[in-house]
Amino acid sequence: MNRTYELMFIVRPDMAEEDLDKLISTLDGQVTTSGGTVKSVERMGKRRLAYTVRRFSDGMYILLTVEGSGPLVRELERRLRVTEPVIKFLTVRVDEEQKRLDKVKQIREARRRATPAPATPETGGEPAATAPA
Amino acid sequence: MAEETNTSAAANGPAETPRSETARGEGPRGAPRGPRPTGPGGREGGRKYFRRKKVCKFCIEKIESINYKDVRLLAQFVAESGKIVPRRLTGVCTPHQRRLSTAIKQARNIALLPFAGRA
Repeated sequence: MNRTYELMFIVRPDMAEEDLDKLISTLDGQVTTSGGTVKSVERMGKRRLAYTVRRFSDGMYILLTVEGSGPLVRELERRLRVTEPVIKFLTVRVDEEQKRLDKVKQIREARRRATPAPATPETGGEPAATAPA
Repeated sequence: MAEETNTSAAANGPAETPRSETARGEGPRGAPRGPRPTGPGGREGGRKYFRRKKVCKFCIEKIESINYKDVRLLAQFVAESGKIVPRRLTGVCTPHQRRLSTAIKQARNIALLPFAGRA
């Protein structure tokens, strides 16, 4: 059962770039050995925290999108918990929400295709309305 | 119902207009939040304030995904104190408010939004 999760975690702001690379690669290795895949790694950079966490008022945000199973997430969370520079993390399951979004999109698409006659004047009218404004 | 009788009375006898006007004034006072914004509100000029009908931002702008990462969107529905603004103030519909509150709580967990206002 493969699910998609978003793992967002915050590391302390004074963490060296190499250490962060090393941490991400170890997490990456853990994911692949557990039979999952890392879909994307996004470094959101340094951000101000909304409240102080372990006496830090800012931190580096990293977002990992991972496909895998529940035990994999548990292992990753355990790792993050024992890793000293990680000050906070959050795991969110996103595949169900994505499925719902796709469904809504599909319905909208179908509705647009089902009623092409009213849709085309509308789309034709909109640019005309915006052009004078 | 009261307005209807008033208008008919006004149409029938012009001599009774002052009485009917006072009666008409009482109508909206009795039900200030009546769900008839098009009824007497449009005709009556001497209304002190006009309550605009609130609409769900997410339904109108067709924003489907309410994500915890979108701080700028979520911050619109969080009061200065850090509290989630209730539906009755923002006009967000129930399904969207439910998702909104989940997203806000997730964002709080990862320190994107405050639990309480700036200390």
